[in-house]
Amino acid sequence: MLSTIQRLRENFALLEESQFRGQKRVVVPREKVFEVLKFLKESCGFDMLVDVTCVDYLTYPRRPPWGRFGLVYNLLSTETGERLIVRAYCDVDSASVPSVVPLWEAANWLEREVWDMFGIRFEGHPDLRRILLPEDFEDHPLRKDYPLQGKGERHNLPVITRAEG
Amino acid sequence: MPLYRADFAGNLAHDEPQEYLWTMNFGPQHPATHTTLRLVLKLEGERVVDAMPDIGYLHSGFEKLGEHLNYNQYVVVTDRMNYCSCVANNVAWHLAVEKLLGIEVPPRCQYLRVIVAELARIADHLVCNAAVGLDAGAFTFFMYAFNPREQIYEILEALCGARFTNSYTRVGGLMYDASPKAIELIREFVRKFPRALDDMERLLNRNRIFVDRTKGIGVLTKEEAINRGVTGPIARASGVTRDLRKDEPYLAYRDFDFDICCATGGDCYARYLVRMAEMRESLKIIHQAVENLPSGPVSVDVGLRVTLPEKPQVFGTIEGLIQHFEVIMWNRGFRTPLEEVYSAIEAPNGELGFYIVGDGSDRAYRARCRPPSFIHFALFPHLIRGHRLSDVVAVLGSLNIIAAELDR
Repeated sequence: MLSTIQRLRENFALLEESQFRGQKRVVVPREKVFEVLKFLKESCGFDMLVDVTCVDYLTYPRRPPWGRFGLVYNLLSTETGERLIVRAYCDVDSASVPSVVPLWEAANWLEREVWDMFGIRFEGHPDLRRILLPEDFEDHPLRKDYPLQGKGERHNLPVITRAEG
Repeated sequence: MPLYRADFAGNLAHDEPQEYLWTMNFGPQHPATHTTLRLVLKLEGERVVDAMPDIGYLHSGFEKLGEHLNYNQYVVVTDRMNYCSCVANNVAWHLAVEKLLGIEVPPRCQYLRVIVAELARIADHLVCNAAVGLDAGAFTFFMYAFNPREQIYEILEALCGARFTNSYTRVGGLMYDASPKAIELIREFVRKFPRALDDMERLLNRNRIFVDRTKGIGVLTKEEAINRGVTGPIARASGVTRDLRKDEPYLAYRDFDFDICCATGGDCYARYLVRMAEMRESLKIIHQAVENLPSGPVSVDVGLRVTLPEKPQVFGTIEGLIQHFEVIMWNRGFRTPLEEVYSAIEAPNGELGFYIVGDGSDRAYRARCRPPSFIHFALFPHLIRGHRLSDVVAVLGSLNIIAAELDR
């Protein structure tokens, strides 16, 4: 019985495999995310998508060579209890990856949150709009070039009078 | 805020005119939402055709704050995530930090953390079930549930001085050791709580009105639960036999004898029953933990440079003073590896995980929280479609949505 990583290695060109404190991680090319996750779901038994998130490596001391934003897909097999973290990287000028909502419904809101906070587009997402911040908000606040105290949005909120409302 | 089409693959698009339907706004300031969230319901008479959740009213940038506060300061912010079970968040956060640093806490600390996490689970389940009862018209049950919850807060107060937002854990240990008074209060709670639980079960388990209001409402199948990433009591009520305390034992959960409570119904009533049964199991764990509480320190050795030495050492010895400065000075602090970890615990609501990126300093480079409420609230339109307006509150209550955790 081949391990998940070995099966992945046979079928796809992995950019990197690593392990830290018992957690297995693989880095895959951005375009291949959907195929890899589909393979993992359908052939390796990873039936639950625990989390989708992103890390902005703009000011990180050891920047990964593949891009500024590192997406994190946190997978779990409810049968075997095995966990796997799949990473994909993209840059600010090509900030888009294929959406995995067709595979897991759980990705719907998680991808919307990543779009909201990091401005990464998920191609093929059924309803990609902001989830936590208002629709007319312009920035993506979890990017590292966004200041902690904001860019003055809170101090310049439009005032709606009773007559207008 | 403009409303576009539904955020799930429904047959009905919101921008199409549907003259026989009418739209009802529910929240964000409605007593039955319990927290600040909003639903836009499409109704056909009293039947809910579609629901569109609108969240973000309590968004306060916790993850951004996590990048600017150090690992011990951020625990105060985790309190504010799921405020019905604050200590469970504290434990989850510091377990993740300790996993990043590669530290294992001493046995006494592990046992005390298990005790507080299980107390938090009982408090959370009490609030959740009380709210379901209250929304379904069972006000007496609410009073029965809030009485033992008060005792739990007294225990937490005796442990760490705070009743509600505890911030009890620290990197590599706890804020204080448990006093004999606190241990005595926990023993008393273990003695008294089963009777309160019996009363509560007698009051509601076979109550005709309550069963009619919750049975068959908001059914979630096992496949749907897995596909939608549902964890915790909601998944277990749908037949997913998964509990991180058993499957990936953290802290001292290996030492205790307890069962995982599951149901197959998947409806609001099954979720209520699972939560009631889990409280008994939590009580079993607390009982075993408090009777077998190991002696010894509650924090890791000061040589690891993550915990502060005792005050008499700091004031009395030069080594203690140096160790104190090694921890608190901004350019000394503790060193984290340039690595990333994901660590999750079985919080009362489900899998509460933290994804931490360490950048060498004592602040996280990224502090992602995987909030169970966020995943569970995405279920809501799926669960409510086809039910009546009065079922909205039953389903909402049984999902136990805590908006502060939902929006962070």
